[in-house]
Amino acid sequence: MLDALQYQFMQNALLAGLLAAIACGIVGVYVVVKKIVFISGGIAHASFGGIGLGYLLGINPVLGAMAFTIASSLGIGLVTRRTRLPEDTAIGILWAMGMALGIIFIGLAPGYAPDLFSYLFGNILTVPFFDLMLMLILDVVIIVLVALLYKEFLYLSFDEEFSTVSGVPTESLYLLLLCLVALTVVVLIRVVGIILVIALLTIPAALARQFTYSLKKMMLLAISAGVVFTFSGLWISYVLNLASGATIILVSGTVLFLSFGINKLRRRTRGDSHTASTA
Amino acid sequence: MATKELVRMENVWVYNDGIPVLEDINLSIESKDFLGIIGPNGGGKTTLLKVILGLIKPNRGRVTVLGMPPERGRKYIGYISQFNLFDHDFPISVLEVVLMGRYNKSGLFHRYREEDREAAITALKTVDMLGYKDRQVGRLSGGEQQRVFIARALVTNPRLLLLDEPTASIDPNMQAEFYELLDRLKEDMAIVLVSHDISAVSIYVSEIACLNHQLFYHGSKEVSAEELEKAYHCPIQLIAHGTVPHRVLREH
Repeated sequence: MLDALQYQFMQNALLAGLLAAIACGIVGVYVVVKKIVFISGGIAHASFGGIGLGYLLGINPVLGAMAFTIASSLGIGLVTRRTRLPEDTAIGILWAMGMALGIIFIGLAPGYAPDLFSYLFGNILTVPFFDLMLMLILDVVIIVLVALLYKEFLYLSFDEEFSTVSGVPTESLYLLLLCLVALTVVVLIRVVGIILVIALLTIPAALARQFTYSLKKMMLLAISAGVVFTFSGLWISYVLNLASGATIILVSGTVLFLSFGINKLRRRTRGDSHTASTA
Repeated sequence: MATKELVRMENVWVYNDGIPVLEDINLSIESKDFLGIIGPNGGGKTTLLKVILGLIKPNRGRVTVLGMPPERGRKYIGYISQFNLFDHDFPISVLEVVLMGRYNKSGLFHRYREEDREAAITALKTVDMLGYKDRQVGRLSGGEQQRVFIARALVTNPRLLLLDEPTASIDPNMQAEFYELLDRLKEDMAIVLVSHDISAVSIYVSEIACLNHQLFYHGSKEVSAEELEKAYHCPIQLIAHGTVPHRVLREH
């Protein structure tokens, strides 16, 4: 592994993993505590329409995905807030329509799409320099927005009704939060792919949640967990010659389940000693 | 001291899916009121509070809070919702919850100042919860959580306190303590409390209104059995668990 580090593609891969971990660590915490996992999944899958649009227009598919994903997250946000369509129905429709549009766009595009598979399942080893820079910029945007609006996002997630009464612009903030999810999806597409994005948005945050009740610490822990997951997943995929995106997800999921198990055991032994001392 | 009208509702109608939830509500809340609103579940109690807070716009009629539209007047209202509905695993501390109430005074992008922190500490002292300020709110008992949410409502020094089913998730032995707290607070602000629990409400409040889509209100605690029956559409003995309700009400 160490000699692999001298290769440019490996250094890029590690940088991509780090940038992905930062975005999903911060935004993933909101996705988990505000329980918008399903809507985030819908936004992630709909981004495929943007990939297809990129092919059709002959631009970088990731840029196509960024525009398309932001538009679709604003659309889904407004539809669920302002119409009577149930939220999960709206998400299901957006999810499938985005992917359908992607297929149609790619069909209409001249030639054929050689690296389509890497957008669906990710390939951390082939992230181009331009996409790395884009990921870096999006990470900065996410960090700045969350730093400025930390208490607003906290209140929105905890108690939307009271926030509205206190003068927090909840609807605009909710739409902005969905846009942050969209940006995070774009950051993650190259690393784990559209279909696996939702795992990196939820697993590090779910893991972090077990160890702290401070949202800030939860973000820092989730970022650290994300770094460990992407790096170790990358290493395992390199050594065993497996698909990198899928390996990262399986490593993350396995660690999460182990932590659940360990936590449960710990709680049980603590509970036992407690009853013993009071008896 | 002269009383001041805090809330005025005139001929307010609210429909949900074409079905009236509130029918022709007329209500005036003044600065010294301690009003209990009782009525069955689904009778529109929460809707009434949300109309006062400007969270629900009435289809017809007029609402003012201190002479202003509810969206502007609600900063003078402390609101305590049916709080047991929140996610008990949510990563937020007691102090952070109470500071939420200060948002009005700080606003978008601004950080809290020392005076906001002090106001939060004072509110926590009022409800006797200062020792818990760094604890996770979901890990407290029902009664402790409720006191935290009262502190959050008190932190702006409101003119009016609105409480939605405040006794729903606290133990019966905690209820007396809770009503004593309200008894102290009513010196400084008007209080409106909605509940489906007639007997608990009636002991402490000064006036009672009954709400079942329509509001039956006479500005006193004397509620006749017929009025209760009208509000509840069923024999009241069933609701008051066998006690004759108007006797309970008149005792105080």
